[in-house]
Amino acid sequence: MAEEKTTILDGAGVKRALTRIAHEILERNKGVEDLVLVGIRTGGVHLARELSARLEEIEGAKVPVGEVDITLYRDDFKGQAPHLPVGKTDIPFVIEKTKVVLVDDVLFTGRTIRAAMDAIMDHGRPDCIQLAVLIDRGHRELPIRADFVGRNVPTSMKEKIVVLFDADSRPTEVVLEK
Amino acid sequence: MGFKHKDIIGLQGLSREEIQLLLDTAENMKEISGRDIKKVPTLRGKTVVNLFFEASTRTRTSFEIAAKRLSADTINISASTSSVTKGETLSDTARNILAMKPDIIVMRHAASGAHHYLAQRVSCSVINAGDGAHEHPSQGLLDMLTMRQKFGTLDGLTVAIVGDITHSRVARSDIFGLTTMGASVRLAGPPTMMPPGIERLGNVTVCTDMREAIKGADVVMMLRIQLERQGKTLLPTLREYSRYYGLNPENLKLAKPGAMVMHPGPINRGVELSSYVADGDQSAILTQVENGVAVRMSMLYHVSGGELPTE
Repeated sequence: MAEEKTTILDGAGVKRALTRIAHEILERNKGVEDLVLVGIRTGGVHLARELSARLEEIEGAKVPVGEVDITLYRDDFKGQAPHLPVGKTDIPFVIEKTKVVLVDDVLFTGRTIRAAMDAIMDHGRPDCIQLAVLIDRGHRELPIRADFVGRNVPTSMKEKIVVLFDADSRPTEVVLEK
Repeated sequence: MGFKHKDIIGLQGLSREEIQLLLDTAENMKEISGRDIKKVPTLRGKTVVNLFFEASTRTRTSFEIAAKRLSADTINISASTSSVTKGETLSDTARNILAMKPDIIVMRHAASGAHHYLAQRVSCSVINAGDGAHEHPSQGLLDMLTMRQKFGTLDGLTVAIVGDITHSRVARSDIFGLTTMGASVRLAGPPTMMPPGIERLGNVTVCTDMREAIKGADVVMMLRIQLERQGKTLLPTLREYSRYYGLNPENLKLAKPGAMVMHPGPINRGVELSSYVADGDQSAILTQVENGVAVRMSMLYHVSGGELPTE
């Protein structure tokens, strides 16, 4: 089957979207005080680092970045044999009383976000959790919505959205595969 | 690539990739034990039965903690309090436990091969927590994890294992695992405690002199002399054993500078290991115990994703 690929965002488009999200995060939170970013492995972690760099450019203050692996919090273990490899979770700061911005590349059913929120809560009780995603493709199966969205892309269930990264883990392109 | 086995009976027969996966998972699970809430919901609703026909504190506790950190329910059955003392056979015990619908049985048994026998008769997963003088895979994995953390890789390491090789299931699991992962193993022990033909298990050299085995080694692993079992018939005296096969600061100097000292515990201080070495900088004994929980979490996680027989 021949795959059809459409570019949704090119490199410059991704950059602009992330810059806008960074500004929106600052506006909503009135600065970077108590702010932390937590990326969902692996795409979300790369994007969280990008966002952190932009926040630093704008505000001149570092925003810590953590990473969370949701494998152990999935809700679809029964359908899986063998079990997926478990990635590293690394939250190098105290979650208690922080404002967490959870970062993922593509928001789809919302199940990953549910798992990631549970994982974060197991590390402590943040003051709030906000959600930033590069792409929102719809088809939610849980009552979850993003606070910051790079681009809304209506999709069919058969389509696939892929965020591509270069060797330095910088986002280069977002493509839609049919 | 994933872990496709329903059971872990031994490290023999596991591929390099499978061992790698078990170790990588364990490494990533270590973080959970450092949290305030030391629990993930992964095995919620699963039942793990710890069936121990032989005494064990460390291994049983470690498996129990591992299961609990994954949110599984655990039940401990030990031989002394069970109907085994009333003469029930392993097969009957297993069938009765199975009627209670466990998902994983973690068993220790004095008979080599008991797990193989059990795994063929039950539909749930079976993990070997030590069978006779055969294997002790969780110990082998935690040993390898501890070595890998220090050296970055197992490839090309030289590991000396000293002591009663004949009766050691730890030695066998270490040999199978380490040689699969590209390390070379040197064995040393009194001839009465060295099984003939063991060098055929792979990249294994047998040394009669302990000094020969530890010379230039990256890791020196001392085995426990099982005083309660073999001590009396296979050794003239403990002093003699200690003199020729005990590790002390003096002969440890023969190993590579900074070589790691390991022991599966419990230690007979002053017999196979001097207190200076056991409590010294080079000792990794407590790291081994710490890694034990993570390794057992990894094993429980992966067997529960293994392919169960479809009936």
